[in-house]
Amino acid sequence: MDYEVVIGLEVHVHLKTVSKIFCGCSTKFGAPPNTQVCPVCLGFPGVLPVPNRLAVELAVKTGLMLGCEIAEKSKFDRKNYFYPDLPKAYQISQYDMPIAKNGRVGIAVEGSTKVIGITRAHLEEDAGKLVHYEGANESGVDYNRCGVPLLEIVSEPDMRSAEEAFAYLKTLKAILEYLEVSDCNMEEGSLRCDANISIRRKGETSFGVKTEVKNMNSFKAVRKALTYEAGRQVKVLEGGGEIVQETRLWNPDLEKTIPMRSKEEAHDYRYFPEPDLAPLVLDREWVEEIRASLPESPRDRTERFLAEYGLPEYDASVLTAERGLADFFEECARIHTDAKAVSNWVMGDLLRELNERGLDIGACSLKPGALAELLKLIDEGTISTKIAKEVFVEMFESWKAAPEIIREKGLVQISDESELEKIVDKVISENEKTVGDYRSGKGKALSFLVGQVMRHTRGKANPKIVNKLLSKKLKQE
Amino acid sequence: MSDHFSPEEIKYIARLARLTLSDADVSYFASDINEILRYVRKLNELDTDEVEPLAHIIPLKNVWREDEVKESLPVDEVLSNTKYKRNSMFKVPRVIEE
Repeated sequence: MDYEVVIGLEVHVHLKTVSKIFCGCSTKFGAPPNTQVCPVCLGFPGVLPVPNRLAVELAVKTGLMLGCEIAEKSKFDRKNYFYPDLPKAYQISQYDMPIAKNGRVGIAVEGSTKVIGITRAHLEEDAGKLVHYEGANESGVDYNRCGVPLLEIVSEPDMRSAEEAFAYLKTLKAILEYLEVSDCNMEEGSLRCDANISIRRKGETSFGVKTEVKNMNSFKAVRKALTYEAGRQVKVLEGGGEIVQETRLWNPDLEKTIPMRSKEEAHDYRYFPEPDLAPLVLDREWVEEIRASLPESPRDRTERFLAEYGLPEYDASVLTAERGLADFFEECARIHTDAKAVSNWVMGDLLRELNERGLDIGACSLKPGALAELLKLIDEGTISTKIAKEVFVEMFESWKAAPEIIREKGLVQISDESELEKIVDKVISENEKTVGDYRSGKGKALSFLVGQVMRHTRGKANPKIVNKLLSKKLKQE
Repeated sequence: MSDHFSPEEIKYIARLARLTLSDADVSYFASDINEILRYVRKLNELDTDEVEPLAHIIPLKNVWREDEVKESLPVDEVLSNTKYKRNSMFKVPRVIEE
């Protein structure tokens, strides 16, 4: 039987503020436990939370970028539940009047664009972090994260495969990075994702019973977990069983989702308006000012890369997936105007070096100007492309400029014909058999001979001139 | 919720609030809470169709602060009100979501 998967995602992102959402404690990641807390975020009696204006602004900004309506009036509510990571026994969140709602995100699916609806985006405070002591019957709580501003972005159940969910998440991340509203670092927990997933028979219009999947700690984990969970649900139904509505945790070691054993009661959060906070009235002029300050969206930038640089669709989408990469490309292409060559180097050599070192483009020591300089040296014939690849790796490792490396290592390309002619002659005399093969019509033999010249010159010979000399000499004799 | 709380509902509310009630407590609070509800129900007689729901009793809006870091508490002070601590963390009964 044919099934269709239905997925909706809830994405939580840390907003890039230096202080918490309701107090002045630092939001910096990685501080020693409980060093970034105060009476407000510890939930002491008698304290008053005061919202961080920048957090509200970043929420509005994101809402606008996601094509949402920005509420004129918005308010905070208390979401009540007992859990040790929440010292007040309630989380300040937004219930019925979120800052933003009814937006959309376009994702690329098999060459066309699919629109994923955004139900809402609301502000809330993050909870603390629980640390389980191995072998002990107790846990530790670190409240540093408690009160870090979060934006929860809830999508419509518009995704129809794990692949689409993955594409949506990547697109959303790119948008948030373009906006510079969040670091979006899944490892540090500044971007977290939960999924609601169900299956139904193809053609059916009502939804099946859904499960909620949590604990997906990387983009890859999201794809794997949802693929697994969809398959599991199909098996249950095919086996005559029923899907149980439950929360399941992705276990990356077992590569399975496992039902969460929780002592929590059926969730009954008893939301009510937060009496400690005044309502928000989002001034239309302010909202329009923020709208006017929005940067180019990743999709607009992709379109522009196609038109302005004449890049293939694939290049444009890879380069614009990350703002830093797109910036690097543009900076480099401004100096070295062969855009396709720049694109090849950025997508190929640069990304490879970064990936091998586990770095992202923001941490890249190599500057766009340095790559442009290297490309210029290739164009001018100072070095061959092959040598340039070696120089590039060296530039990455030593932080030295290309000309310096070329000088130090004596890598300047040999384009001097008389010098190359001597070597070509030598190669011809040493390889009589191959020369014979070539003359009897085996064209391939030529590349072997070129290779020999390269070997003698340690790759420095100008391949164009070598080719020319060899062809000429082989025809003559 | 109906306008009258049954003993089951009282027990449910108590459970959400992590309170342990004896049977006597349950019947006491059931009548107590129902008495309060009866009193407050008087408000239902008002026609509020044209009244916007109130989010806050004081007519304030946009009380906010700029994004500036203020000094946090010293960690000793943070943990000074509890004897349940370990490695600068608050110690709680084991919680593990698996």
